[in-house]
Amino acid sequence: MISFEQITKTLGGKTVLDDVSFEVPRGETVVIVGLSGAGKSVTLKHMVQLFSPDCGTVRIGEDVISAAKGAELERMRQRFGVLFQGAALLQWLTVFENVALPLREKTDLSEEEIEKTVLDKLRLLNMEDAVDKFPADLSGGMQKRVGLARAIVMNPEIILYDEPTSGLDPVTARLIDQLIENLRSELGITSVVVTHDLHSALAIGTRIMMIDGGKIVENATPHDFIHSENETVQRFLESQYITRRGSWEKGMQTHG
Amino acid sequence: MFENLKNLNGYMDMPRRSFRRFGRIILLSCHGAGDALMMLGSSVLYIRTAFRPRARHEVAVQLFITGIKSLGVITVVAFFTGMILALQTGLELRRFGQEVNIGTAVTIVMIREMGPFMTGLIIAASVGSAIAAQLGTMTVSEEIAALEVMSINPNRFLVMPRLVALAVMMPILTIYTNLLGIVGGGIVGATQLGVAMQAYIDNATRYAENKDLYVGLFKAVVFGIIIATVACHQGLTTREGAVGVGRATRRTVIISFLMILVVGYMITRMFYI
Repeated sequence: MISFEQITKTLGGKTVLDDVSFEVPRGETVVIVGLSGAGKSVTLKHMVQLFSPDCGTVRIGEDVISAAKGAELERMRQRFGVLFQGAALLQWLTVFENVALPLREKTDLSEEEIEKTVLDKLRLLNMEDAVDKFPADLSGGMQKRVGLARAIVMNPEIILYDEPTSGLDPVTARLIDQLIENLRSELGITSVVVTHDLHSALAIGTRIMMIDGGKIVENATPHDFIHSENETVQRFLESQYITRRGSWEKGMQTHG
Repeated sequence: MFENLKNLNGYMDMPRRSFRRFGRIILLSCHGAGDALMMLGSSVLYIRTAFRPRARHEVAVQLFITGIKSLGVITVVAFFTGMILALQTGLELRRFGQEVNIGTAVTIVMIREMGPFMTGLIIAASVGSAIAAQLGTMTVSEEIAALEVMSINPNRFLVMPRLVALAVMMPILTIYTNLLGIVGGGIVGATQLGVAMQAYIDNATRYAENKDLYVGLFKAVVFGIIIATVACHQGLTTREGAVGVGRATRRTVIISFLMILVVGYMITRMFYI
Protein backbone atom coordinates (compact mmCIF):
# COMPACT_ATOMS: atom_id res chain seq x y z
CA MET A 1 0.00 0.00 0.00
CA ILE A 2 2.72 2.46 1.07
CA SER A 3 6.30 1.82 0.09
CA PHE A 4 9.44 3.75 0.90
CA GLU A 5 12.29 3.06 -1.49
CA GLN A 6 15.73 4.20 -0.35
CA ILE A 7 14.55 7.48 1.15
CA THR A 8 17.18 9.93 2.33
CA LYS A 9 16.29 13.27 3.88
CA THR A 10 18.58 15.92 5.33
CA LEU A 11 17.20 18.81 7.40
CA GLY A 12 19.35 21.66 8.71
CA GLY A 13 22.52 19.77 7.76
CA LYS A 14 21.50 16.64 9.68
CA THR A 15 20.57 13.40 7.94
CA VAL A 16 17.18 12.57 9.42
CA LEU A 17 16.40 9.58 7.19
CA ASP A 18 19.27 7.57 5.75
CA ASP A 19 18.46 5.21 2.87
CA VAL A 20 15.21 4.04 4.48
CA SER A 21 13.13 1.36 2.73
CA PHE A 22 10.02 -0.39 4.02
CA GLU A 23 6.46 -1.30 3.08
CA VAL A 24 3.13 -0.86 4.80
CA PRO A 25 0.83 -3.64 3.55
CA ARG A 26 -2.84 -2.87 2.86
CA GLY A 27 -5.12 -3.26 5.89
CA GLU A 28 -2.31 -3.36 8.42
CA THR A 29 -1.39 -1.04 11.27
CA VAL A 30 2.31 -0.25 11.27
CA VAL A 31 3.54 1.52 14.38
CA ILE A 32 6.74 3.54 14.13
CA VAL A 33 8.58 3.93 17.43
CA GLY A 34 11.84 5.53 18.38
CA LEU A 35 13.49 8.18 20.47
CA SER A 36 12.68 11.88 20.04
CA GLY A 37 14.33 13.25 16.91
CA ALA A 38 14.82 9.78 15.43
CA GLY A 39 12.90 10.68 12.25
CA LYS A 40 9.48 9.16 13.00
CA SER A 41 7.35 12.22 12.22
CA VAL A 42 9.52 13.07 9.19
CA THR A 43 8.82 9.56 7.89
CA LEU A 44 5.10 10.07 8.40
CA LYS A 45 5.14 13.44 6.66
CA HIS A 46 6.86 11.97 3.60
CA MET A 47 3.79 9.78 3.09
CA VAL A 48 1.63 12.83 2.34
CA GLN A 49 4.44 14.88 0.80
CA LEU A 50 4.59 17.42 3.61
CA PHE A 51 8.28 16.65 3.13
CA SER A 52 9.90 15.63 -0.14
CA PRO A 53 12.84 13.21 -0.05
CA ASP A 54 16.31 14.32 -1.15
CA CYS A 55 16.51 10.99 -2.95
CA GLY A 56 14.35 7.89 -3.16
CA THR A 57 10.68 7.29 -3.92
CA VAL A 58 7.51 7.11 -1.85
CA ARG A 59 4.69 5.15 -3.48
CA ILE A 60 1.04 4.91 -2.50
CA GLY A 61 -0.10 1.83 -4.36
CA GLU A 62 1.08 2.48 -7.89
CA ASP A 63 1.17 6.27 -7.45
CA VAL A 64 4.49 7.99 -6.79
CA ILE A 65 3.44 10.62 -4.26
CA SER A 66 6.96 11.94 -3.68
CA ALA A 67 7.03 13.34 -7.24
CA ALA A 68 3.36 14.35 -7.52
CA LYS A 69 2.28 17.96 -8.01
CA GLY A 70 -0.90 20.02 -8.29
CA ALA A 71 -4.16 18.17 -8.94
CA GLU A 72 -2.41 14.80 -8.97
CA LEU A 73 -1.04 15.40 -5.47
CA GLU A 74 -4.47 16.57 -4.27
CA ARG A 75 -6.04 13.37 -5.60
CA MET A 76 -3.44 11.22 -3.82
CA ARG A 77 -3.76 13.14 -0.56
CA GLN A 78 -7.52 12.56 -0.57
CA ARG A 79 -6.77 8.89 0.09
CA PHE A 80 -5.38 9.92 3.50
CA GLY A 81 -6.68 11.10 6.82
CA VAL A 82 -4.10 12.52 9.21
CA LEU A 83 -4.30 13.03 12.96
CA PHE A 84 -1.65 15.56 13.89
CA GLN A 85 0.19 15.59 17.20
CA GLY A 86 -1.57 18.71 18.47
CA ALA A 87 -4.82 17.90 16.60
CA ALA A 88 -4.23 20.99 14.36
CA LEU A 89 -7.84 22.18 14.56
CA LEU A 90 -8.63 25.60 13.10
CA GLN A 91 -9.14 27.77 16.16
CA TRP A 92 -11.80 30.09 14.71
CA LEU A 93 -14.08 27.23 13.65
CA THR A 94 -16.34 25.26 15.96
CA VAL A 95 -15.94 21.52 16.46
CA PHE A 96 -18.71 20.89 13.93
CA GLU A 97 -17.20 23.27 11.37
CA ASN A 98 -13.75 21.73 11.81
CA VAL A 99 -15.00 18.22 11.13
CA ALA A 100 -17.25 19.45 8.31
CA LEU A 101 -14.44 21.41 6.64
CA PRO A 102 -13.13 18.69 4.27
CA LEU A 103 -16.70 17.74 3.31
CA ARG A 104 -17.64 21.35 2.56
CA GLU A 105 -14.44 22.06 0.66
CA LYS A 106 -14.00 18.83 -1.27
CA THR A 107 -17.47 17.34 -1.82
CA ASP A 108 -20.82 18.42 -3.23
CA LEU A 109 -22.82 17.00 -0.30
CA SER A 110 -25.85 18.95 0.92
CA GLU A 111 -25.75 20.58 4.37
CA GLU A 112 -28.12 17.87 5.67
CA GLU A 113 -25.80 15.09 4.49
CA ILE A 114 -22.77 16.90 5.91
CA GLU A 115 -24.52 17.34 9.27
CA LYS A 116 -25.43 13.65 9.43
CA THR A 117 -21.92 12.50 8.51
CA VAL A 118 -20.23 14.86 10.95
CA LEU A 119 -22.51 13.92 13.84
CA ASP A 120 -21.98 10.21 13.11
CA LYS A 121 -18.21 10.61 13.33
CA LEU A 122 -18.40 12.76 16.47
CA ARG A 123 -20.73 10.23 18.09
CA LEU A 124 -18.18 7.50 17.35
CA LEU A 125 -15.69 9.44 19.48
CA ASN A 126 -18.16 10.51 22.20
CA MET A 127 -17.86 14.15 21.13
CA GLU A 128 -21.40 14.83 19.90
CA ASP A 129 -22.08 17.16 22.86
CA ALA A 130 -19.24 19.50 21.87
CA VAL A 131 -20.40 20.43 18.37
CA ASP A 132 -20.78 24.14 19.10
CA LYS A 133 -17.62 24.54 21.15
CA PHE A 134 -14.42 26.08 19.89
CA PRO A 135 -11.12 24.15 20.11
CA ALA A 136 -9.82 26.54 22.79
CA ASP A 137 -12.70 25.41 25.04
CA LEU A 138 -11.66 21.74 24.79
CA SER A 139 -9.06 19.72 26.69
CA GLY A 140 -6.11 18.22 24.78
CA GLY A 141 -7.78 14.81 24.73
CA MET A 142 -11.03 16.21 23.39
CA GLN A 143 -9.17 18.13 20.69
CA LYS A 144 -7.42 14.92 19.65
CA ARG A 145 -10.77 13.15 19.36
CA VAL A 146 -12.14 15.97 17.21
CA GLY A 147 -8.95 15.80 15.12
CA LEU A 148 -9.52 12.09 14.67
CA ALA A 149 -13.15 12.69 13.68
CA ARG A 150 -11.90 15.12 11.02
CA ALA A 151 -9.29 12.60 9.85
CA ILE A 152 -11.91 9.87 9.28
CA VAL A 153 -14.79 12.04 8.02
CA MET A 154 -13.89 11.50 4.34
CA ASN A 155 -13.64 7.71 4.89
CA PRO A 156 -9.98 7.56 3.85
CA GLU A 157 -8.17 4.37 2.81
CA ILE A 158 -5.13 5.24 4.92
CA ILE A 159 -4.93 7.05 8.26
CA LEU A 160 -1.72 8.49 9.66
CA TYR A 161 -1.53 9.14 13.39
CA ASP A 162 1.21 11.35 14.84
CA GLU A 163 1.42 10.64 18.57
CA PRO A 164 -2.32 9.89 18.92
CA THR A 165 -2.17 9.16 22.65
CA SER A 166 0.50 11.57 23.88
CA GLY A 167 -0.72 13.83 26.65
CA LEU A 168 -3.94 11.87 27.12
CA ASP A 169 -5.22 10.26 30.27
CA PRO A 170 -4.97 6.44 30.19
CA VAL A 171 -8.72 5.94 29.69
CA THR A 172 -8.90 8.28 26.67
CA ALA A 173 -5.65 6.82 25.33
CA ARG A 174 -7.16 3.33 25.39
CA LEU A 175 -10.33 4.66 23.72
CA ILE A 176 -8.19 5.99 20.87
CA ASP A 177 -6.26 2.70 20.69
CA GLN A 178 -9.53 0.81 20.50
CA LEU A 179 -10.79 3.05 17.74
CA ILE A 180 -7.60 2.61 15.69
CA GLU A 181 -7.91 -1.15 16.10
CA ASN A 182 -11.61 -1.09 15.14
CA LEU A 183 -10.91 0.95 12.01
CA ARG A 184 -8.44 -1.73 10.93
CA SER A 185 -10.41 -4.80 11.89
CA GLU A 186 -13.89 -3.62 10.81
CA LEU A 187 -13.17 -1.32 7.85
CA GLY A 188 -9.79 -2.66 6.72
CA ILE A 189 -8.20 0.79 6.93
CA THR A 190 -4.43 0.91 6.60
CA SER A 191 -2.84 2.84 9.45
CA VAL A 192 0.57 4.21 10.27
CA VAL A 193 1.02 5.31 13.86
CA VAL A 194 3.94 7.25 15.29
CA THR A 195 4.18 6.90 19.06
CA HIS A 196 6.50 6.71 22.05
CA ASP A 197 3.98 4.60 23.91
CA LEU A 198 5.12 0.99 23.45
CA HIS A 199 2.17 -0.44 25.39
CA SER A 200 -0.12 1.23 22.88
CA ALA A 201 2.11 0.15 19.98
CA LEU A 202 2.07 -3.49 21.05
CA ALA A 203 -1.70 -3.40 21.47
CA ILE A 204 -2.65 -1.89 18.11
CA GLY A 205 0.24 -2.66 15.77
CA THR A 206 0.30 -5.55 13.33
CA ARG A 207 3.93 -4.57 12.72
CA ILE A 208 6.25 -2.42 14.79
CA MET A 209 9.11 -0.55 13.24
CA MET A 210 11.82 1.17 15.21
CA ILE A 211 13.84 4.05 13.76
CA ASP A 212 17.10 5.14 15.33
CA GLY A 213 19.56 7.64 13.89
CA GLY A 214 17.62 7.83 10.62
CA LYS A 215 17.76 4.07 10.00
CA ILE A 216 15.30 1.27 10.61
CA VAL A 217 16.74 -0.94 13.34
CA GLU A 218 13.78 -3.31 13.60
CA ASN A 219 10.61 -4.05 11.64
CA ALA A 220 8.69 -7.00 13.04
CA THR A 221 5.42 -8.29 14.42
CA PRO A 222 4.75 -7.29 18.04
CA HIS A 223 5.76 -10.75 19.23
CA ASP A 224 9.03 -10.70 17.28
CA PHE A 225 9.65 -7.10 18.27
CA ILE A 226 9.75 -7.81 21.99
CA HIS A 227 11.94 -10.82 21.32
CA SER A 228 14.31 -8.80 19.13
CA GLU A 229 18.01 -9.26 19.83
CA ASN A 230 18.73 -5.71 18.74
CA GLU A 231 20.27 -3.78 21.63
CA THR A 232 18.55 -0.49 20.78
CA VAL A 233 15.19 -2.24 20.75
CA GLN A 234 15.92 -3.97 24.02
CA ARG A 235 16.92 -0.70 25.68
CA PHE A 236 13.75 0.92 24.37
CA LEU A 237 11.62 -1.94 25.70
CA GLU A 238 13.33 -1.85 29.08
CA SER A 239 12.86 1.91 29.34
CA GLN A 240 9.10 1.28 29.36
CA TYR A 241 9.36 -1.70 31.71
CA ILE A 242 8.46 -4.18 29.00
CA THR A 243 10.30 -7.46 29.26
CA ARG A 244 10.19 -10.53 27.04
CA ARG A 245 8.15 -12.29 29.64
CA GLY A 246 5.61 -10.70 31.88
CA SER A 247 4.54 -7.13 31.56
CA TRP A 248 3.75 -7.06 27.82
CA GLU A 249 1.52 -10.14 28.07
CA LYS A 250 -0.19 -8.53 31.05
CA GLY A 251 -0.46 -5.31 29.12
CA MET A 252 -2.09 -7.04 26.18
CA GLN A 253 -4.66 -8.66 28.44
CA THR A 254 -5.46 -5.27 29.92
CA HIS A 255 -5.73 -3.74 26.46
CA GLY A 256 -7.98 -6.54 25.35
CA MET B 1 4.35 24.21 -0.22
CA PHE B 2 6.80 26.45 1.66
CA GLU B 3 9.12 23.59 2.52
CA ASN B 4 11.82 24.63 0.05
CA LEU B 5 12.32 27.99 1.67
CA LYS B 6 12.31 26.50 5.14
CA ASN B 7 14.95 23.98 4.09
CA LEU B 8 17.02 26.67 2.46
CA ASN B 9 16.92 28.67 5.69
CA GLY B 10 18.02 25.57 7.54
CA TYR B 11 20.99 25.00 5.27
CA MET B 12 22.07 28.58 5.25
CA ASP B 13 23.82 28.80 8.59
CA MET B 14 25.30 32.24 8.43
CA PRO B 15 29.06 32.23 7.81
CA ARG B 16 31.26 34.43 9.99
CA ARG B 17 32.93 36.31 7.16
CA SER B 18 30.93 39.45 6.64
CA PHE B 19 31.15 39.47 2.83
CA ARG B 20 29.88 35.91 2.49
CA ARG B 21 27.30 36.60 5.15
CA PHE B 22 26.05 39.61 3.18
CA GLY B 23 25.91 37.51 0.02
CA ARG B 24 23.82 34.86 1.69
CA ILE B 25 21.43 37.43 3.13
CA ILE B 26 20.93 38.77 -0.42
CA LEU B 27 20.42 35.23 -1.74
CA LEU B 28 17.88 34.42 0.97
CA SER B 29 16.06 37.70 0.40
CA CYS B 30 15.78 37.02 -3.34
CA HIS B 31 14.54 33.51 -2.66
CA GLY B 32 11.99 34.82 -0.17
CA ALA B 33 10.82 37.54 -2.56
CA GLY B 34 10.39 35.01 -5.38
CA ASP B 35 8.49 32.67 -3.07
CA ALA B 36 6.22 35.54 -1.94
CA LEU B 37 5.52 36.56 -5.55
CA MET B 38 4.64 32.96 -6.43
CA MET B 39 2.21 32.94 -3.50
CA LEU B 40 0.75 36.26 -4.63
CA GLY B 41 0.32 35.02 -8.20
CA SER B 42 -1.38 31.84 -7.05
CA SER B 43 -3.70 33.79 -4.72
CA VAL B 44 -4.64 36.26 -7.46
CA LEU B 45 -5.71 33.32 -9.63
CA TYR B 46 -8.04 32.22 -6.82
CA ILE B 47 -9.83 35.61 -6.68
CA ARG B 48 -12.38 34.14 -9.10
CA THR B 49 -13.52 31.90 -6.22
CA ALA B 50 -14.06 34.84 -3.85
CA PHE B 51 -17.78 35.07 -4.64
CA ARG B 52 -18.61 31.46 -3.84
CA PRO B 53 -20.80 31.35 -0.71
CA ARG B 54 -18.20 29.91 1.69
CA ALA B 55 -15.34 32.07 0.42
CA ARG B 56 -17.65 35.11 0.44
CA HIS B 57 -18.16 34.71 4.17
CA GLU B 58 -14.41 34.60 4.84
CA VAL B 59 -13.81 37.62 2.59
CA ALA B 60 -16.54 39.52 4.48
CA VAL B 61 -14.91 38.64 7.82
CA GLN B 62 -11.55 39.89 6.59
CA LEU B 63 -13.12 43.08 5.20
CA PHE B 64 -14.63 43.69 8.63
CA ILE B 65 -11.34 43.05 10.45
CA THR B 66 -9.34 45.23 8.05
CA GLY B 67 -11.86 48.03 7.69
CA ILE B 68 -14.15 48.43 10.65
CA LYS B 69 -11.74 47.32 13.37
CA SER B 70 -9.09 49.77 12.15
CA LEU B 71 -11.38 52.79 12.08
CA GLY B 72 -10.63 54.00 15.61
CA VAL B 73 -6.89 54.34 15.26
CA ILE B 74 -7.17 55.63 11.68
CA THR B 75 -9.59 58.35 12.81
CA VAL B 76 -7.20 59.68 15.43
CA VAL B 77 -4.10 59.46 13.22
CA ALA B 78 -5.81 61.03 10.18
CA PHE B 79 -7.29 63.88 12.16
CA PHE B 80 -4.00 64.79 13.83
CA THR B 81 -2.02 64.37 10.61
CA GLY B 82 -4.24 67.01 8.97
CA MET B 83 -4.00 69.25 12.02
CA ILE B 84 -0.19 69.04 12.15
CA LEU B 85 0.09 69.66 8.40
CA ALA B 86 -2.16 72.72 8.65
CA LEU B 87 -0.32 74.09 11.65
CA GLN B 88 3.17 73.67 10.21
CA THR B 89 2.37 75.00 6.74
CA GLY B 90 0.10 77.71 8.14
CA LEU B 91 2.78 79.10 10.46
CA GLU B 92 5.25 79.37 7.57
CA LEU B 93 2.69 80.80 5.14
CA ARG B 94 1.63 83.37 7.71
CA ARG B 95 5.07 84.98 7.37
CA PHE B 96 4.09 85.82 3.79
CA GLY B 97 0.46 86.55 4.58
CA GLN B 98 -0.58 83.47 2.61
CA GLU B 99 -2.12 81.34 5.38
CA VAL B 100 -5.35 81.13 3.40
CA ASN B 101 -3.52 78.68 1.13
CA ILE B 102 -3.24 76.00 3.80
CA GLY B 103 -6.35 74.41 2.23
CA THR B 104 -4.41 73.66 -0.93
CA ALA B 105 -1.32 72.46 0.91
CA VAL B 106 -3.18 70.14 3.26
CA THR B 107 -5.44 68.72 0.57
CA ILE B 108 -2.71 68.01 -1.96
CA VAL B 109 -0.31 66.54 0.58
CA MET B 110 -3.07 64.39 2.10
CA ILE B 111 -4.51 62.94 -1.09
CA ARG B 112 -1.18 62.52 -2.91
CA GLU B 113 1.01 61.22 -0.10
CA MET B 114 -0.01 61.33 3.51
CA GLY B 115 -3.40 59.65 3.14
CA PRO B 116 -2.20 56.41 1.55
CA PHE B 117 1.11 56.54 3.44
CA MET B 118 -0.37 56.92 6.92
CA THR B 119 -3.15 54.44 6.20
CA GLY B 120 -0.57 51.95 4.91
CA LEU B 121 1.60 52.29 8.01
CA ILE B 122 -1.36 51.87 10.37
CA ILE B 123 -2.73 48.86 8.50
CA ALA B 124 0.73 47.25 8.24
CA ALA B 125 1.27 47.67 11.98
CA SER B 126 -2.21 46.54 13.06
CA VAL B 127 -3.71 44.22 10.42
CA GLY B 128 -0.45 43.03 8.78
CA SER B 129 1.14 42.04 12.06
CA ALA B 130 -2.08 40.31 13.17
CA ILE B 131 -2.21 38.31 9.91
CA ALA B 132 1.44 37.27 10.29
CA ALA B 133 0.88 36.23 13.92
CA GLN B 134 -2.26 34.25 13.08
CA LEU B 135 -0.83 32.43 10.07
CA GLY B 136 2.49 31.95 11.89
CA THR B 137 0.73 30.31 14.82
CA MET B 138 -1.25 28.15 12.40
CA THR B 139 2.00 27.10 10.70
CA VAL B 140 3.84 26.09 13.87
CA SER B 141 0.79 24.26 15.24
CA GLU B 142 0.52 22.28 11.96
CA GLU B 143 -2.86 23.75 10.99
CA ILE B 144 -1.45 24.75 7.59
CA ALA B 145 -0.08 21.23 7.13
CA ALA B 146 -3.53 19.88 8.04
CA LEU B 147 -5.12 22.07 5.36
CA GLU B 148 -2.60 20.87 2.76
CA VAL B 149 -3.23 17.24 3.64
CA MET B 150 -6.98 17.86 3.26
CA SER B 151 -6.10 19.23 -0.22
CA ILE B 152 -7.32 22.67 0.85
CA ASN B 153 -4.93 25.15 -0.72
CA PRO B 154 -3.82 27.72 1.92
CA ASN B 155 -3.42 30.34 -0.82
CA ARG B 156 -7.10 30.01 -1.69
CA PHE B 157 -8.43 29.40 1.82
CA LEU B 158 -6.32 31.90 3.78
CA VAL B 159 -4.28 34.23 1.57
CA MET B 160 -6.87 35.15 -1.07
CA PRO B 161 -9.53 36.52 1.39
CA ARG B 162 -6.89 38.63 3.16
CA LEU B 163 -5.48 39.87 -0.14
CA VAL B 164 -8.94 40.88 -1.41
CA ALA B 165 -9.83 42.53 1.91
CA LEU B 166 -6.66 44.62 2.03
CA ALA B 167 -6.75 45.57 -1.66
CA VAL B 168 -10.41 46.66 -1.35
CA MET B 169 -10.25 48.29 2.08
CA MET B 170 -7.02 50.25 1.68
CA PRO B 171 -8.40 52.76 -0.87
CA ILE B 172 -11.65 53.09 1.11
CA LEU B 173 -9.74 53.75 4.32
CA THR B 174 -7.45 56.15 2.44
CA ILE B 175 -10.46 58.22 1.31
CA TYR B 176 -11.60 58.28 4.95
CA THR B 177 -8.09 59.34 6.08
CA ASN B 178 -7.99 62.06 3.42
CA LEU B 179 -11.37 63.46 4.43
CA LEU B 180 -10.58 63.48 8.15
CA GLY B 181 -7.13 64.99 7.54
CA ILE B 182 -8.64 67.78 5.46
CA VAL B 183 -11.32 68.41 8.11
CA GLY B 184 -8.64 68.42 10.84
CA GLY B 185 -6.63 70.96 8.83
CA GLY B 186 -9.74 73.10 8.41
CA ILE B 187 -10.42 73.14 12.14
CA VAL B 188 -6.82 74.20 12.90
CA GLY B 189 -7.08 76.84 10.16
CA ALA B 190 -10.31 78.21 11.60
CA THR B 191 -9.32 78.09 15.27
CA GLN B 192 -5.56 78.77 15.26
CA LEU B 193 -4.73 80.59 12.03
CA GLY B 194 -7.79 82.70 11.43
CA VAL B 195 -8.69 81.10 8.08
CA ALA B 196 -12.45 80.94 7.60
CA MET B 197 -13.79 77.44 6.93
CA GLN B 198 -15.43 78.51 3.63
CA ALA B 199 -12.15 80.03 2.42
CA TYR B 200 -10.31 76.86 3.44
CA ILE B 201 -12.77 74.67 1.52
CA ASP B 202 -12.67 76.90 -1.58
CA ASN B 203 -8.89 76.82 -1.50
CA ALA B 204 -8.80 73.09 -0.89
CA THR B 205 -10.98 72.28 -3.91
CA ARG B 206 -9.48 74.82 -6.32
CA TYR B 207 -6.04 73.35 -6.98
CA ALA B 208 -6.39 69.63 -6.25
CA GLU B 209 -6.86 67.56 -9.42
CA ASN B 210 -8.56 64.26 -10.05
CA LYS B 211 -5.16 62.81 -10.94
CA ASP B 212 -3.97 63.47 -7.37
CA LEU B 213 -6.85 61.44 -6.02
CA TYR B 214 -6.42 58.58 -8.50
CA VAL B 215 -2.68 58.29 -7.92
CA GLY B 216 -3.24 58.33 -4.16
CA LEU B 217 -5.85 55.59 -4.41
CA PHE B 218 -3.64 53.58 -6.76
CA LYS B 219 -0.91 53.76 -4.13
CA ALA B 220 -3.37 52.59 -1.50
CA VAL B 221 -4.28 49.50 -3.55
CA VAL B 222 -0.60 48.69 -4.12
CA PHE B 223 0.17 49.16 -0.42
CA GLY B 224 -2.73 46.83 0.46
CA ILE B 225 -1.33 44.14 -1.84
CA ILE B 226 2.17 44.64 -0.38
CA ILE B 227 0.94 44.32 3.22
CA ALA B 228 -1.14 41.21 2.45
CA THR B 229 1.70 39.53 0.56
CA VAL B 230 4.37 40.27 3.15
CA ALA B 231 2.17 39.34 6.12
CA CYS B 232 0.85 36.10 4.63
CA HIS B 233 4.26 35.02 3.36
CA GLN B 234 5.96 35.73 6.67
CA GLY B 235 3.20 33.86 8.49
CA LEU B 236 3.25 30.84 6.21
CA THR B 237 7.06 30.48 6.38
CA THR B 238 7.26 30.76 10.16
CA ARG B 239 9.55 28.31 11.93
CA GLU B 240 10.68 27.64 15.48
CA GLY B 241 7.51 28.03 17.53
CA ALA B 242 6.57 31.13 19.49
CA VAL B 243 9.95 32.80 18.82
CA GLY B 244 9.35 32.35 15.11
CA VAL B 245 5.88 33.87 15.34
CA GLY B 246 7.34 36.93 17.05
CA ARG B 247 10.03 37.16 14.36
CA ALA B 248 7.45 36.85 11.56
CA THR B 249 5.36 39.63 13.09
CA ARG B 250 8.33 41.96 13.48
CA ARG B 251 9.57 41.25 9.95
CA THR B 252 6.11 41.92 8.54
CA VAL B 253 6.00 45.39 10.03
CA ILE B 254 9.58 46.27 9.05
CA ILE B 255 9.38 44.94 5.47
CA SER B 256 5.94 46.49 4.91
CA PHE B 257 7.10 49.89 6.19
CA LEU B 258 10.19 49.85 3.99
CA MET B 259 8.28 48.71 0.92
CA ILE B 260 5.55 51.32 1.46
CA LEU B 261 8.23 54.04 1.57
CA VAL B 262 10.17 52.82 -1.46
CA VAL B 263 7.19 51.88 -3.64
CA GLY B 264 5.38 55.09 -2.62
CA TYR B 265 8.33 57.13 -3.88
CA MET B 266 8.51 55.12 -7.13
CA ILE B 267 4.81 55.62 -7.86
CA THR B 268 5.05 59.37 -7.16
CA ARG B 269 8.04 59.62 -9.48
CA MET B 270 6.28 57.58 -12.16
CA PHE B 271 3.22 59.86 -12.24
CA TYR B 272 4.66 63.31 -11.50
CA ILE B 273 8.03 63.48 -13.24
